[in-house]
Amino acid sequence: MSCEYKVYDPSWCPGCGNFMIRTALKQALEELNIEPHNAVIVSGIGQAAKIPHYIGANGFNGLHGRALPPAIGAKLSNKNLTVIVQSGDGDTYGEGGNHFIHTIRRNVDIAHFVHDNQIYGLTKGQGSPTTAKGQKTTLQFDGVKLEPVKPVALSLTMGAGFVARGFSGDIPHLVKLMKEAITYKGYAHLDIFQPCVVWNKVNTFKWYKEHTYYLPDDYDYTNYDEAYKKALEWDDGIPLGILYKVEKETYEDSFDFIKNGPPLVDATLDPMDAENLMKDFY
Amino acid sequence: MDYTILVGGAAGQGIDTVVHLLERTIKRHGYYIFTYKNFMSMVRGGHNFMQVRFSDKPLTSYSSKLDMIFALNEETIMLHRDRLKPEGIVILDNEIAKAEEFNHLPLTQIAKELNNQKVYPTVGFGALVNYFGLSLDIAEEVIDHVLGTKISDINKQALHKGYNMLERKYNLEKKEDKHILINGNQALALGAIAAGCKYYCGYPMTPSSSVMTYMSTKANEMGIVVDQIEDEVGALNMALGASYAGVRAMTGSSGGGFALMTEALSLAGITEIPIVVFNAQRPGPATGLATRTEQADLRFMIHAGHGEFPRMVIALRSPDDAFYQTARAFNLAEKYQIPVLLMTEEYLTDYSMTIEPFDFGRITIDRYLATEDDVADERYKRYKFTESGISPRLIPGKVPGKVVLVDSHEHNEYGNIEENAENRTKMMDKRMKKLEALMKEDIQEPWFIGVDNPENLIVCWGATYGAVKETVDRLNNEGHSFGALIYGDIWPFPTKTINKLGRIANNIIDIEQNATGQLESLINEKTSTKCSHRILKYDGRPFNADEIVERIICQIEL
Repeated sequence: MSCEYKVYDPSWCPGCGNFMIRTALKQALEELNIEPHNAVIVSGIGQAAKIPHYIGANGFNGLHGRALPPAIGAKLSNKNLTVIVQSGDGDTYGEGGNHFIHTIRRNVDIAHFVHDNQIYGLTKGQGSPTTAKGQKTTLQFDGVKLEPVKPVALSLTMGAGFVARGFSGDIPHLVKLMKEAITYKGYAHLDIFQPCVVWNKVNTFKWYKEHTYYLPDDYDYTNYDEAYKKALEWDDGIPLGILYKVEKETYEDSFDFIKNGPPLVDATLDPMDAENLMKDFY
Repeated sequence: MDYTILVGGAAGQGIDTVVHLLERTIKRHGYYIFTYKNFMSMVRGGHNFMQVRFSDKPLTSYSSKLDMIFALNEETIMLHRDRLKPEGIVILDNEIAKAEEFNHLPLTQIAKELNNQKVYPTVGFGALVNYFGLSLDIAEEVIDHVLGTKISDINKQALHKGYNMLERKYNLEKKEDKHILINGNQALALGAIAAGCKYYCGYPMTPSSSVMTYMSTKANEMGIVVDQIEDEVGALNMALGASYAGVRAMTGSSGGGFALMTEALSLAGITEIPIVVFNAQRPGPATGLATRTEQADLRFMIHAGHGEFPRMVIALRSPDDAFYQTARAFNLAEKYQIPVLLMTEEYLTDYSMTIEPFDFGRITIDRYLATEDDVADERYKRYKFTESGISPRLIPGKVPGKVVLVDSHEHNEYGNIEENAENRTKMMDKRMKKLEALMKEDIQEPWFIGVDNPENLIVCWGATYGAVKETVDRLNNEGHSFGALIYGDIWPFPTKTINKLGRIANNIIDIEQNATGQLESLINEKTSTKCSHRILKYDGRPFNADEIVERIICQIEL
């Protein structure tokens, strides 16, 4: 069966980082030989979240902030599906903050690609949870008054077993990260910087190029303390690459009948199987 | 024989234990049981009481009058004395109140002798076993069943110690016991399990939680994922993901938690992902009365979720109904690819009643899934325009070469975002068209009970069924002409029977547990019938037949 993914014309602005992210995604999926009918892309709402419409995999384009719960439901229901969640920084760290925190606790085998452009694109330029404090936006005319969320430090604190940062401007590097995240057995958090050419005049392509650096080849990503230090680095350079990666038991494996049985969707359904339960009520 | 025992005390005193032992022991002697449970919203203290009613004839409701009060504290006597029949008796531990007309039993004293304070309710149970002439063997079996083997020995000792404390008054004949004794939530959960539900996610909220608890106890045995999720918003979204991937999923809550699910309900509507959601109603608004009962979410359930999309709403009327309707809901959700919303209410979630064992052979699992042959298009159209409005539904990952795209935006047949005006109209029409087939093929008229062509027609819905049934039987036995329609399927609203009977009846009496007459408003909106009287109750307590009869006689010239 062909692993080639069809692509469809997006409604993104010319120069949007989403184009590159989609290119990397397509390449990653094809290099991993994952057939389109076995991949599901789950998203919320935002420009990033339109991606299920622009690549030919199974897709669940749900509600703003609510991509993670259905992704978990889908993965638990069919462990053979490759489930990827893609949404923006507002969707993931704002509206969906509660699900972000608790999904990490579960450690379901899904890859979570957050298109982090540090602004709200679809709704035209309001501050997002990751917009820098003091930055002026189309809503915060005096500048954002809040400290930004620290996404990778947050996921590390919550105990995520795979935490990484990428950049839409480096497709080969991003492809590598995506493949690692998809093949990682557990919840993989990949925060992807991307410029929003229309609404974010601060975090531009140039800004990202100048403010990020690559973790060296000898960086030990099994060292939690190191990873945490790296996660907090910002003003003096933001590290890109895998910050942390260790094995952990997945949520779905904690269900014996899922771990050692067929996918839940393939269970035989027979009402008579439940008849025995009535004995408690005699 | 029709006897009611009230067991009352502070939360944590052991009322539950005594009641479970009593109801099941009497039930195993072949009697019909109806146990009404009344709680305050606290884990310790306050006042809780339960009423075990038993009879040699079928019961559907609780009685307002008491034959016996078994008081675990003095407050119980004060609160319920005026409902005790003249010949009724009060039983209590001799360390509580000292009034002479009570039957004082040395319950705590015996418990102390057994070195286990906790068994004193069982000592009382022992006294009642002899009082009613029940079998000690059966009482011991029930102790094993209800309390489990770890603590059954000490409880059996307590049973025997208490046995001689009261003189025998009755000799309840042991008859054949063919029934099960079950409450509304257990029945709902069993119905879901029978229907092949393999995914339940939810957030604890009274009085819905015991559905999740029951499913959790059976999860490993039946291969069901039971997930306590971080919030109700996530719960319905998660269940939709599971259903999208092909697994029958359910979630549920009570008013405030259901309120958090409304956006996802809207998502279910436009994505056409089948789903079953239940609301165990309690008095609102907001936190309201957490442990009490009401029927005030009808309009909410019918209209919840922004925008317009087809849904079905079913009100559960008894534990029996809860089992079969829940199983049916899963089939209808998948047939029409709509949300099917079940309404229960605290009263029904908690009361236990003897019913015929469920006939699992009556349950069918009908999935209405498309096969590869149904989807000839090169690119699968999840939302293909069809005559009925129902598009062939594929499960992701099941057909190589075909992908399934579902979408919360308005979309085209493929599921892609589409803003085109003509497409929007066509898609909205497609979705709403599904209601036509639902009305024609599957919506059931309300239950009817009573005399044919009644002069007085009661209309009600959900768990008011039990009290209304007793009311109708009583009034007809006294020579009046009463009938009642009890709505189960309540949206889309079935109109045939009410219009037919409404033309004949002199009085049409709306009986429901809310302040604004929500069923009546539906009748006004959808039918040519008008109610002439209404009996509303919204004090957080359930109707009983005595109250309804009294209020009917007050309002209507019979």
